[in-house]
Amino acid sequence: MTLRLRVDPIVCDGHGVCAELFPERVSLDDWGYPIVDSDAIGRDLLDHARRAVAACPVLALRLERA
Amino acid sequence: MSVAERTVEIAPAPDRLPRLLTETAAKWVSLAEHRRRAGPIPRVGRRPRIDIIDAAGRAGLRGKGGGAFPTGQKMEAVAAGPGRPVVLVNGAEGEPASGKDKLLLTRAPNLVLDGAQIAAAAIGAREVIVCVDRHANGALASVRRALSERAAAEPASVPVRLVGVPSHYVSGEETALVRWLSGGDAKPTTPPKPYERGVGGRPTLVDNVETLAHLAQIVRWGPTWFRSVGTRSEPGSTLLTVSGAVGRPGVYEVPMGASLARVLQRAGAIDGEVSAVLVGGYFGTWLSAEQSATAHLSRADLVRFGGDLGPGVVVALPRDACGVVEAARVVSWLAASTAGQCGSCMHGLASLAESAGAVARGRARRDAAMQLLRWAEQIEGRGACRLPDGAARFLRSSLATFQHEFDRHLRGAHCPEQRHVLPLPNPARDTWR
Repeated sequence: MTLRLRVDPIVCDGHGVCAELFPERVSLDDWGYPIVDSDAIGRDLLDHARRAVAACPVLALRLERA
Repeated sequence: MSVAERTVEIAPAPDRLPRLLTETAAKWVSLAEHRRRAGPIPRVGRRPRIDIIDAAGRAGLRGKGGGAFPTGQKMEAVAAGPGRPVVLVNGAEGEPASGKDKLLLTRAPNLVLDGAQIAAAAIGAREVIVCVDRHANGALASVRRALSERAAAEPASVPVRLVGVPSHYVSGEETALVRWLSGGDAKPTTPPKPYERGVGGRPTLVDNVETLAHLAQIVRWGPTWFRSVGTRSEPGSTLLTVSGAVGRPGVYEVPMGASLARVLQRAGAIDGEVSAVLVGGYFGTWLSAEQSATAHLSRADLVRFGGDLGPGVVVALPRDACGVVEAARVVSWLAASTAGQCGSCMHGLASLAESAGAVARGRARRDAAMQLLRWAEQIEGRGACRLPDGAARFLRSSLATFQHEFDRHLRGAHCPEQRHVLPLPNPARDTWR
């Protein structure tokens, strides 16, 4: 099963924790909101992705089936 | 010819345009008269009417609200969903330069309501909700009057509820309508989409009013008749709202693929007086005068310019207006139209508006154009709805089409005496509930 990272733009408050914890796939725009790479997440990065999802203070980040 | 003389037992299919807004539709058409011309509406049964869905598919009908999604496919998806579906007629028409839906509702409400009944039959819905901008008094009154006539004469049809919805630009977005109907703000939401879970959690068919008017005629006169105008890949006719530097602004019905130059000519544009043409509304694309001379109003042709027909908006920019000033005005209006839910849209559009405004006033840094392009790229695809995407496309197209004007403004020029052309309603005049 391939997974990809998605952010709910309405829920997101731009805390930026995801970009800090998972810079491989998340960067911040000029206003501090995450730009999330929607490519499938390989096994090597899955732990990092899960950690970023769990750390989001407003639960805006999730892993979805690609 | 008077209305009475045109009345026949079984009206023939119109063999030329206009199809939707006939000249007799300038007067109020009674339901009895409408029935003689348009024929009866099909019965609603327990099951979806595959034949209607099939007719829409064979006609090649696509949505006329801007998305151009195949109507038959959408009906199929809704009919396949769990539970009794709902038909939502979208007459919100928040696009400032568009007036075709309001005109259709005002002049030919029965055609739209027939289409809604037919769509209900097609998907097996027992409820129709008609959403109209709550400030569009003429359209609301017309639909109300048609509905009371229909309730008396056709009690067996599917019950219809008319609601006036908030006037905000993004409130006409389908998820915003569903949310508002459920008691929330008229602001877009993230998925599920209405076709999966809409009004009351039920699968909901959201169709633009013009789409439903076409559907009514397709069911009456057949897909082959519908396809007798337009192009092979984009059949039928379409309504356009034409404004700006034209002598006869208004709503025109043209075959899909019509020449833009001929449309402008018909609307009374004078050669050499038009510097650029905005096609598709504020999510749309500017065509230079040169491009507009060869463009055709189809998705297949407009893709050459990175555009599409959107909801059928055509605005001719006069020579004495400034593209930079117009772009800044629109971007600033789009920024004010944000629902304020998604950070990149809310803050990104504000930054774009501020910077574009500075450019228009001749007060921007020399690298402002590069920054505008960078921001446009950053906000694309970042919202729950397509507002940031639309703004990005509009801005990019403005920068490309008015490149020389932008260069002048970046060197400090400003156009204080410029006339303003693109209409900008006051976004603050309404609430979200």
